[in-house]
Amino acid sequence: MKNTVLKVEDLHVSFKTQTGNVTAVRGVNFELKKGETLAIVGESGSGKSVTAKSIMQLLPKSTTEISKGDIVYDGKSLLGLSSKQITDIRGSEISMVFQDPMTSLNPTMKVGKQIMEGLQRHQKMTKQQARERALEMLKLVGIPKAEMRLDNYPHQFSGGMRQRVVIALALACNPKVLIADEPTTALDVTIQAQILDLMKDLQQKTETAIILITHDLGVVANMADRVAVMYGGKIVEQGTLDEIFYNPQHPYTLGLMQSMPKMNEDRSKPLMPIGGSPPNLATLGEGCAFAARCPHTMKVCHSFTPRDTVVGEDNHTAACWLQDPRVQKPKAEPQETAEVVGVT
Amino acid sequence: MKGYLLKRIGYMLITLFIIVTATFFLMQLLPGTPFTNPEKLSAQQLAVLNAKYGLDQPVAMQYLHYLGNLVQGDLGYSFQHEGRTVTSMISTRIGPSAFIGLQALVIGAILGLVLGIISALKHNSIFDYGSVALAVIGMSIPSFVFAALLQYYIGVKLEWLPVALWEGYSSTLLPSIALSVTVTATVARFIRSEMLEVLGQDYVITARAKGMRENQVIVKHVIRNALIPVVTMLGPLAVSIMTGTLVIEKIFSVPGLGEQFTLSILVLDYSVIMGITIFYSALFIFVVFVVDIIYGFLDPRINFKGEAA
Ligand SMILES: Nc1ncnc2c1ncn2[C@@H]1O[C@H](COP(=O)(O)OP(=O)(O)O)[C@@H](O)[C@H]1O
Ligand code: SF4
Ligand SMILES: [Mg+2]
Repeated sequence: MKNTVLKVEDLHVSFKTQTGNVTAVRGVNFELKKGETLAIVGESGSGKSVTAKSIMQLLPKSTTEISKGDIVYDGKSLLGLSSKQITDIRGSEISMVFQDPMTSLNPTMKVGKQIMEGLQRHQKMTKQQARERALEMLKLVGIPKAEMRLDNYPHQFSGGMRQRVVIALALACNPKVLIADEPTTALDVTIQAQILDLMKDLQQKTETAIILITHDLGVVANMADRVAVMYGGKIVEQGTLDEIFYNPQHPYTLGLMQSMPKMNEDRSKPLMPIGGSPPNLATLGEGCAFAARCPHTMKVCHSFTPRDTVVGEDNHTAACWLQDPRVQKPKAEPQETAEVVGVT
Repeated sequence: MKGYLLKRIGYMLITLFIIVTATFFLMQLLPGTPFTNPEKLSAQQLAVLNAKYGLDQPVAMQYLHYLGNLVQGDLGYSFQHEGRTVTSMISTRIGPSAFIGLQALVIGAILGLVLGIISALKHNSIFDYGSVALAVIGMSIPSFVFAALLQYYIGVKLEWLPVALWEGYSSTLLPSIALSVTVTATVARFIRSEMLEVLGQDYVITARAKGMRENQVIVKHVIRNALIPVVTMLGPLAVSIMTGTLVIEKIFSVPGLGEQFTLSILVLDYSVIMGITIFYSALFIFVVFVVDIIYGFLDPRINFKGEAA
């Protein structure tokens, strides 16, 4: 059994806003094992980035509250750390790659220096050593004429090359966990594939565990070992890639799968996305967040929150009332009146 | 780079030419004559004077003559001060003006930067609200009001600093402080909004995600990027100081260019008014030029073809 590097337990994150509190993450659980890739998928606004940023504690301190839950890295809770201790971990143990390479590098600092900064900070390298390591990293991520490129500014690189620089920067200190938040969304399709290949290749060399956030199931199929499907601030289903793709159990996951164009399908046919819109997090209360859009909604779904249930092999879980043994599975005519009492 | 510089210098000369021309013809529209009590002069005396200053010639000739002299750095003679050239009047007067102006710029820039940066870092705090309010006040109240207040409280009541006149370094302080209020307010407001904008940029999160300590993030990534555009404010600030000095010098009896300018307007000393106007314009155009060059060096995204890459 591979060892766990990162564990997120019942994470709840809320924000103070002018119109009141918004709980963007409401009970997220997952484990990340050494060298594996966990894909987190879900529509925009489902809380993927908030989950990622709360691991790194990059959310604005004054308005963010982690009201419940824990984040455990390498056996230690990150939430109890002082701000100095967390900066020691950022970039050296856990690193992050962001969505838009056009804005995630400092426009007025040479890229070499931006990579060196982290090395000098974490590995107590001299300038010369850091420069050599930065050069090595640029070569590793496949930047041509790396020696010369060290002294270039970000605007002198194309989008794809910049994302390579960002990856070099993130991996320079050999982190154990890399969080990539939609790392290819802003790139052209051909460049996307190159960046994903690069990440896969580097992962094999370095044994870094990756949390890959995306809303592209094609990317998931290509990269992930495990998949977590997020909806309304929760993981509604998670399991191995095969389980999620070939044995999806949650109605939302099923909807996502159906909306994905198949290889042999006529791509000019419009996608069949899930009808309705994502829930308003500010007003979301008890019950299943997907109830308003789910084709199988029952009474119980509106009043009680479904719990994670094992639905398949390798710890495949889903949070849906349909999995409750007391509920009659909808066959021809869904039993819309199934009642479950005494569940909280 | 060389081509860019030549082009910019060309544009500067054209701008200056337009300003000189406009000033020259506007002066023609001014009522009155430059000679005191012209009614006491005989027709013959007037004719002699007009001939001496070239006023008997057609306007077009006067204009060409003026341009020709200007190219040689000659701004003509004062109408009021027998035998004094405008150039010499400017050069004897520029020292005090430049001194209080630059001193105001330094005081204002330092105070403004400190105030604006702290404001942005303590966004939405009492300090922030307070300094924003102060900045609005500082920008909307003209500097002569501050001058009067300073004169009264610091000069007359407390007697800490001289009320007026030009007697040693201490005399420069009140005029500079009065002038610096607008500068402080403008700089504070500007750097505050630049800082807030930079603080929201993705690359600041990248810097934090790298594990940089917060003060390193602020100094190396936020302040550095927020400071670059501040250079572009030097132009407008120079203008505000130049116009500020016109009144401030009068109030504090500073023997500077501004005081000379107001005096000359009162007595319709045409050549001096024109000379100083042209001098101020040239100075301003030059400041803008220098600012652009400095900006190009500070921001690597600018190349000297004059456009962002
Ligand atoms: N700093 C913040 N303050 C208030 N609300 C926020 C903040 N960051 C994110 N949110 C809200 O949290 C929700 C989830 O956002 P996010 O995690 O970015 O979604 P995504 O799954 O698309 O990455 C959104 O509704 C967003 O508006
Ligand atoms: S709990 Fe109910 S509403 Fe939610 S997904 Fe399952 S069936 Fe649909
Ligand atoms: Mg996101």
